[in-house]
Amino acid sequence: MAHASLWQRCLTPRATIPKTLTWSAGIGVWLVVIALWALVTYSGLVRSIFLPTPTAVLSAAVSMIGDGSLWKDIWSSAQVVLYGFLLSSAIAIPLGILMGSFRLAQAFLDPLVNFMRYLPVTAFVPLFILWIGIGIEQRVTVIFFGIFFQQLVMIADISRGVSQDLINASYTLGAKRRDVVTHVLFPACLPGVIDMMRVTMGWAWTFVVVAELVAANSGLGYISLKAMRGFQVDVIFLSIGLIGLLGLVTDQFFRLLRKRLTSWAL
Amino acid sequence: MLEARGMSKRFGEHTVLQDINLSIQRSEVVCLIGPSGSGKSTLLRSLAFLENYDDGEVFVEGELLGYDRASDGRRVRSRPSRLSDVRRNMGMVFQQFNLWPHLSVLENVMEALLRVRGMKKDAARRLALATLEKVGLAEKADAWPNRLSGGQQQRVAIARSLAMSPAIMLFDEPTSALDPELVGEVLQVMRQLAEEGMTMVVVTHEMGFAARVADRVLFLDQGHIVEQGPPMTLFKNPQSPRLAQFLGNYLERNSLFEAAPALNRVDD
Repeated sequence: MAHASLWQRCLTPRATIPKTLTWSAGIGVWLVVIALWALVTYSGLVRSIFLPTPTAVLSAAVSMIGDGSLWKDIWSSAQVVLYGFLLSSAIAIPLGILMGSFRLAQAFLDPLVNFMRYLPVTAFVPLFILWIGIGIEQRVTVIFFGIFFQQLVMIADISRGVSQDLINASYTLGAKRRDVVTHVLFPACLPGVIDMMRVTMGWAWTFVVVAELVAANSGLGYISLKAMRGFQVDVIFLSIGLIGLLGLVTDQFFRLLRKRLTSWAL
Repeated sequence: MLEARGMSKRFGEHTVLQDINLSIQRSEVVCLIGPSGSGKSTLLRSLAFLENYDDGEVFVEGELLGYDRASDGRRVRSRPSRLSDVRRNMGMVFQQFNLWPHLSVLENVMEALLRVRGMKKDAARRLALATLEKVGLAEKADAWPNRLSGGQQQRVAIARSLAMSPAIMLFDEPTSALDPELVGEVLQVMRQLAEEGMTMVVVTHEMGFAARVADRVLFLDQGHIVEQGPPMTLFKNPQSPRLAQFLGNYLERNSLFEAAPALNRVDD
């Protein structure tokens, strides 16, 4: 047979499959999940105080959109994620590149960073509440501490990965040390930095919920906690689903950003 | 114009270069050959002070490279600005092209002209295009380096060095990272440079190129220059057993091609 059948291609390791099939499979997985969900809830197999029906979650969404509270909570969480993430990235990116490029910076920061990054940020939450209170600053701090040291280590690695000969080539062409940092190292790190941001953004969404579960008066984690007290399991599901959706949106954003800013990379 | 006197280089306990004496004249093409680990790349990199040598001296057009004489006669490491001053007459091409990935081909060639030479944008652009023309890649001026083949990238790297009009070009195994069918185009450009009178030091495994283009071939083994001379003298009549063995290995590997001359890429 000249052509392998589609079925054979699907069963061949690493063989490519048609785009339409890729898309269908991606949509299919959601159909399966939702169908299973509908099956176990509408049939009464699982009681609705543990698992709400899809319609219950939808109507919770409709009513919370109606009174405007949903937008407020989404924005509240998104704001915290954004501030914490931007603050952390703005410091970690330059510092990480320095750490990966200058031995003194590395020798100075490595012991501290490698101590800090193994401490679970959750252990700090009581301390942050004591120091900062329960305002937005506290939640931003949780996110900052949750991702900053991880970002630093990842960026230092990216910067260390830039080939020494790329730097040497620049020197032989007359580049000054400052040029090498700003015009060679920084751009060469950019694709890796955006990939790193994409990964740590996911962690930021995890930490925002941790922060809101402990101490907050708005946000998606907070409405979850409130809903638990009132056995509103549909609202909990709604908030979980929304966090997933927002994560998906930010992930796509970084994918586009990577494509736009570093189209020169492979 | 490039001279090494009694140069040595150690990595810890291990001596990689021992008492290297070498003098390269204007328009001379010198090829460094030798087994891997013989120190030929380290020698080339020391000549550009990408490795700092431990003993001896290297002079570029009469200027001491990498060190300054202190008032008490001791030598001290040069300041970076002084180093790049002495290095300004050298161009270097590496095994892994090392183009700046975020700049287009044309911008890669223009960058040093703008930032180091301080040329006006128009003039830099004209010079860059002319230099790309010379390596046969003017039509790729707007491409990203990553979209080019290895051979094309290496030709851009040569153009990038060449645009700075160096007096001497150093090549560190410029074709070793290339697919076999792309080696020829890079060697062709280098050969053309040699014919135009460029002074060149080339670390290479391409014996055919050394035989046809070099004025002098240096055979290195274990950090020493074991033998040197015109390529034909060296290749036809090696004096040292190490060189004879090295050439023997090489010829044996290539004897496969003799049955099929069309496969032999080192053409006239």
